[in-house]
Amino acid sequence: MVHVPEALHAVVLVSAALLATAVVLTRNTLRQILVNGVYGLMLVILFVVLQAPDVALSMLVVTTIAYPLIVLAAIARTRSGKLTDEQEQE
Amino acid sequence: MTRARIRAIFAVPVLAALGVFLFWGLAGVPDFGGFHGRYGTIINHRATPERHTTNAVTAVVFDYRGVDTLGEEFILFAAVVGVVLLLRKGDEGEPPTAPVRSEQVRLVGAVMVGVAFLIGLWVIAFGFVTPGGGFQGGVVVAGALLLVFLTAGYRPWQRLAKERALDPLEGLGVGSFVAIGLAGLIASGPFLHNFIASGRTGTLASGGTMPLLNWATALAVAAANVVLYAEFLEHYVAPIFAKEPR
Amino acid sequence: MSYLAYAVAGWICLVGLYGAITSRNLIHLALCLTVTQSSTYVLLLSIGYRRGGGAPIFKGTVVGTRSVDPIVQALTLTDVVVSVTVVGLILALALDVHTKTGTADPEKIAEMSG
Repeated sequence: MVHVPEALHAVVLVSAALLATAVVLTRNTLRQILVNGVYGLMLVILFVVLQAPDVALSMLVVTTIAYPLIVLAAIARTRSGKLTDEQEQE
Repeated sequence: MTRARIRAIFAVPVLAALGVFLFWGLAGVPDFGGFHGRYGTIINHRATPERHTTNAVTAVVFDYRGVDTLGEEFILFAAVVGVVLLLRKGDEGEPPTAPVRSEQVRLVGAVMVGVAFLIGLWVIAFGFVTPGGGFQGGVVVAGALLLVFLTAGYRPWQRLAKERALDPLEGLGVGSFVAIGLAGLIASGPFLHNFIASGRTGTLASGGTMPLLNWATALAVAAANVVLYAEFLEHYVAPIFAKEPR
Repeated sequence: MSYLAYAVAGWICLVGLYGAITSRNLIHLALCLTVTQSSTYVLLLSIGYRRGGGAPIFKGTVVGTRSVDPIVQALTLTDVVVSVTVVGLILALALDVHTKTGTADPEKIAEMSG
């Protein structure tokens, strides 16, 4: 029997909810990918606390290797053209 | 009032209405921690005696629900084909050199690429004994190859990630999965039947067809990821290197 | 406590949808869609959790000790890895739109297409 205290579940769940709100509310795409990385790591902790090591491993690998690369490549492409007003506001 | 502001004001009551139905439906789910599903309990008790694997999750992914994994691999395959169709335009001309000039970074890369590759292979190989498997390890192997781009420059990465080699590898990975399933059909019984004898529990030689399906999946996932990164780097990042004088 | 996990999953789903509706940039929209998708992972794993259960790995532990459900974990883990390529496809489409219209703002694209 593995005893996980309920307070740990509650803290990690609430942190994940707060970080998800932060990811959505960050409008600048470059900052958003960093906040997304932190959110992914918090999800990894949540999956470990819910006793799912396989899922935690796959989420860790994906959120640190794959997502930053494809989103940063996309951001680089949208910024390499002429800087219009909307892009400067970002 | 801009259209974006109007959209935001309208979004809140609509999402609140959706939220009412969502939370009402979630209230009917059994208590957190009180899951009574029998299928999971049966697999927990029977996976190790029947198939001699100690990782019940990998047994579900590659043996008991192997058809679902085949469907997921085809989603992977179709998405990568979509990206390639959108982005690949034939010969792009001379690629930029863009070498990494810092000696410390190159040294770290020279050490870490091999280590990361070995860790990826270990995660794949022991996937049905301890947590791991083809999916996780495939992305780690792709990440190890990506480390070449990050620490050595664009030209070494391009020499490593050739389209002509990666496309057949990805097809080989998904095709082997289907071929092993058909072999189960020919040998005895249904598609993806586990017809090879299970070995000794807790070693690498256990699980029947599971190690073969594991490696086929790892090959497909790693090749698909490297193709995705190669297309993104070639069409979105390389033109920036070509513009800047280095 | 027993409702908190499902409430968090529902909240993350709604927050992701709000971000997708009020987004001003197509890349921001793709990341909000991944937030909504992650709410399904949280919901699946919360449903499969058994109080006092350990991980469904039996190397070193006796078969038959109390464990959480392995089937929802199998569904979630394949989904996590496959959705990366799907987000890659979404980003490639978004950048194709950006190349053809010169902007990544959904508002301006709608004005241009008529």
